Amino acid sequence: MSQEAIRDDSARVPLIYDPRVRSAFFQVLLVVLLGFGIWWIVENTIENLSRSNISTGFGFLRGRAGFDIANTLIAYSSDSSYGQALVVGVLNTLVVAAAGIVTATIIGFLVGIGRLSNNWLIRKLATVYVELFRNIPPLLVILFWYQGVLSLLPSVRQSIPLPLGSYLNNRGFYLPSLTWGPGFWLILAGLVIAVALVWYVARRAHARQMATGQQFPVFWVSVLLIVGLPLLAFLLAGMPVTVEFPQKGTFNLTGGTNIKPEFLSLYLALSFYTASFIAEIVRAGVLGVPRGQTEAYSALGLRPGKGLRLVIVPQAMRIIIPPLTSQYLNLTKNSSLAVAIGFPDLYAIGGTILNQTGQAIEVVVIFMVVYLSISIITSLLMNWFNAKMALPER
Amino acid sequence: MQEHDMSWVRTEMVLAQAAPRSQVGVAAWLQKNLFASAVDTAMTLVALLAIAWALPHILNWLFFDAVWTGTDRTACLTTEQGGQLPAGWSGACWPFVGSRFGQFMFGRYPYDERWRVMLAGALFLVLLVPLLIPRVPYKRLNAILFFGVFPFVCFWLLVGGFLGLRYVETPLWGGLMVTLVLSYVGIVVSLPLGILLALGRRSHMPIVKLLSVIFIEAVRGVPLVTVLFMASFMLPLFVPPGMTFDKLLRALIGVALFASAYMAEVVRGGLQAIPKGQYEGADSLGLGYWQKMGFIVMPQALTLVIPGIVNTFIGMFKDTTLVLIISMFDLLGVVKQNISGDPTWATPQTAKTGYVFAAAIFWIFCFGMSRYSQFMERRLATSHKR
Amino acid sequence: MKHIVIGVLGAAAFGMMATAASADTLGDVKARGFIKCGVNTGLAGFSAPNAQGEWTGLDVDFCRAVAAAVFGDGTKVKFTGLSAKDRFTALQSGEVDILSRNTTWTINRDTAQGLNFAGVTYYDGQGFMINKKSLPDVNSALQLSGASICVQAGTTTELNMADYFRANKMEYNPVVFEKFEEANAAYDAGRCDAYTTDQSGLYAVRLQMKSPDDHVVLPEIISKEPLGPSVRQGDDKWFDIVKWTYYALLNTEEAGITKANVDEMLKSDNPEIKRLLGVEAETKIGTDLGVGNDWVVNIVRATGNYGEIFERNVGAETPLKISRGVNALWTKGGLQYGMPIR
Repeated sequence: MSQEAIRDDSARVPLIYDPRVRSAFFQVLLVVLLGFGIWWIVENTIENLSRSNISTGFGFLRGRAGFDIANTLIAYSSDSSYGQALVVGVLNTLVVAAAGIVTATIIGFLVGIGRLSNNWLIRKLATVYVELFRNIPPLLVILFWYQGVLSLLPSVRQSIPLPLGSYLNNRGFYLPSLTWGPGFWLILAGLVIAVALVWYVARRAHARQMATGQQFPVFWVSVLLIVGLPLLAFLLAGMPVTVEFPQKGTFNLTGGTNIKPEFLSLYLALSFYTASFIAEIVRAGVLGVPRGQTEAYSALGLRPGKGLRLVIVPQAMRIIIPPLTSQYLNLTKNSSLAVAIGFPDLYAIGGTILNQTGQAIEVVVIFMVVYLSISIITSLLMNWFNAKMALPER
Repeated sequence: MQEHDMSWVRTEMVLAQAAPRSQVGVAAWLQKNLFASAVDTAMTLVALLAIAWALPHILNWLFFDAVWTGTDRTACLTTEQGGQLPAGWSGACWPFVGSRFGQFMFGRYPYDERWRVMLAGALFLVLLVPLLIPRVPYKRLNAILFFGVFPFVCFWLLVGGFLGLRYVETPLWGGLMVTLVLSYVGIVVSLPLGILLALGRRSHMPIVKLLSVIFIEAVRGVPLVTVLFMASFMLPLFVPPGMTFDKLLRALIGVALFASAYMAEVVRGGLQAIPKGQYEGADSLGLGYWQKMGFIVMPQALTLVIPGIVNTFIGMFKDTTLVLIISMFDLLGVVKQNISGDPTWATPQTAKTGYVFAAAIFWIFCFGMSRYSQFMERRLATSHKR
Repeated sequence: MKHIVIGVLGAAAFGMMATAASADTLGDVKARGFIKCGVNTGLAGFSAPNAQGEWTGLDVDFCRAVAAAVFGDGTKVKFTGLSAKDRFTALQSGEVDILSRNTTWTINRDTAQGLNFAGVTYYDGQGFMINKKSLPDVNSALQLSGASICVQAGTTTELNMADYFRANKMEYNPVVFEKFEEANAAYDAGRCDAYTTDQSGLYAVRLQMKSPDDHVVLPEIISKEPLGPSVRQGDDKWFDIVKWTYYALLNTEEAGITKANVDEMLKSDNPEIKRLLGVEAETKIGTDLGVGNDWVVNIVRATGNYGEIFERNVGAETPLKISRGVNALWTKGGLQYGMPIR
């Protein structure tokens, strides 16, 4: 009787108050609205494109680019295609991002540890660095380096000579370049063998320590192997290298490797800017390890250096890695600010192509795909690293 | 009962003695903080040397060697460059900033109408300051005024064109006012949008969840410049022919959408930190979804993430400089324009001076905000201390 | 909260959005009351704001002439400074009605980019500028092998330079900037050995250098750069107005009608002048075009004829000191040839 009443009651609930119906209705409405919005946009776009006579599709990527690019990692000339120009841009983005990530990490770790130093002066200096750089827009830092600092360097004729035959002037940083002769493969082979040996030694040493408790100086042996074997190969092959020093030409220094001021300022600015955030992450990570851990390793008789390396850092890394990943992503995304100083990254080259061809949608799609892929790949790599560092829970 | 000989017990307190020399005083502090070990001593010396080398340079450049008066670039040129200053001179060229200060603040906003911008700025401060101080009452009214009423007043004051104010077109806007307008609109739009997206991401409706995730991750995965690029190059393609958006509006849309994705993640963090019991409690009271979120969950979650919100806002404030890439002139844009587009002040020191000035302004704003966020963090942390 | 925000957005959008169906630009322009004209952000002689903040220059005056033809008033025009990159989007999206921004007429832009060029207001060619003080031995662009060259991104200049150096088998380092001002500043700061753009532009840029006399323009002209105003495709009526404004400027110069003597000329008995100025009985030339019959008179009153515009902005009396050269009328050995107005 009562059961029935309840059932009757629930049956009488109007559909409008049924959460499932409401949720379904709401979602259908959303899809319809969104679909309508997309349809409206697509319709407008098609009409606009056909009206201004702009063709669609990615066929334009095979067209001749016609413009030259200063920094190219792959063979590129004005005869190359738009597609190749974009590849040049992607590579430039990746190079500046990778270089920036490495430098920012190093500076960031140093400053972050500096902020925890027992030394008052070092602590304060690190704090000043962090507070200074993280409260200034990155674009401003880039422009400051480019127009404020690097443009004050002397002209080519008054280049500042630096050690090892390198020069610094307002066209950038000139380094001697190395050209490898025949027999280069021997050095490479030496390096490969060295790496393989190091891996083997590390494994054996680890196994031995686990079994007997005896330690083996893996680090020094590794250094010896990695430096020594290629060096040996180099000497055996009869030093197959010619060093090309930068020479004064009519306009610029010719020969050698030239790192352009556009790259330098972008790289320095991104590194210094991101380092201030990494420093804070490192500090938080180290502080996040409970104090008891320090006391525990001291109680076990480990010396501070070893304790830090074996006990504190591995735990701090677990706190550090996730936010570090997002800083790496930020740095990569900030590299698109290159356009403000004329460094030919993906964004700058894409913009030029858009201007030549009018293919706005295709170019934006390429931007989205490339940046999203970089983001996803970086995230995946860091997640893998994070998983490796994670506490093996038993 | 035995008599105790109490003669060995002191009857008066020993006077407190000064702490050992090695524990107090300047010398002890120095030893502890600067010269604790050999490595420490070396680091201190290196740092001291670095400071002794850099600080005079910086101070001289900023103040002692700087030029303070002048009417054009000759004031800041050395003899070999065609001016009066000794060869090898290097210092800030402050008259450049002085003569362009109006532009740095207002862009090309008409001179006679600048009081409107200043009035809007004053109103902004009057509403913002009490909102930030936790002790001041009437928070709700204050927030309504700041987020609900002020935008309209501000729109009327800055754009004009009705109620007796002259219309000022946005291409004339520039400088710090554009920076502030972009950031203000960014936060006013991104906060509610971010909350909606965060709720969407945690929603049980699969389609809503999917769409929110796609939007948030897509926007977070690309640089702001591409979003601005889309807003300025693709938006015109998306709308019917002839319908055009103001450039500033396009930048606003770009910045707001971008910020809302980041805001959504911050708010989601807050939502996740609310114990499940709170949700269940609200359910058991028979509250509907919006009541549950609006009265129980959101107030707690938002309070929890105020520092995160402020940090997102700092990021957005810095990101507004990127509009210079789509040819709009915020503070940095105007400074840059004056550095490279105008030969009146073209000297080797102009760029540095201008950027140092812009950096100082950005730094003051961002540092103030981050300090506020830390203050709130400490204040909020009290209730969660174990 | 949400509603308030939507309200704010709505108000802002409403206040800042202008709607105009581009199929009838003339109707929209008339309803709006002014013409939106896209110009260069700052190229002396062509379009640059002067000390009072007013736009001046050859490209600017052309837009004023169109405004005079449509409204009888050369001031009914609003200018938008555009970079090389956003200029085409601005025209296509209706942000501007005319693009008068020293833009080179090419087949790609005329077809694939959806533009319609109305004429050539300035025949130009690309050249190079160097700092004579730091490079005293360079007299020819052919000596520029190995040089760093500053150039603005997204221009025909960038492409011509690539072709020129390739054809002459020379190496060079392009230093490419988004904005014209950035390229100027970088060249002036010594980042590049040479600067390249249209020759007229070189003379204008030279004036903005710290010491203009140090810089020389090299003699080689490496390309044809016909610069002219353009409009959107698909609106023939508007295209006609812009095109014939240009011809009217040329024909008035040919007929000797100037800003000073236009009122006298109205009384002239010469049938050609009468026809041109719309005082011929029962004339329909102006109304057929979609403007008033006194359109030519209005144009000349507002800006003067082509020769006057040229001399005022870039001619021998200006700091640019550019001679008419190929930009003289066809009757004087130049290329400027106005189609007959009849």
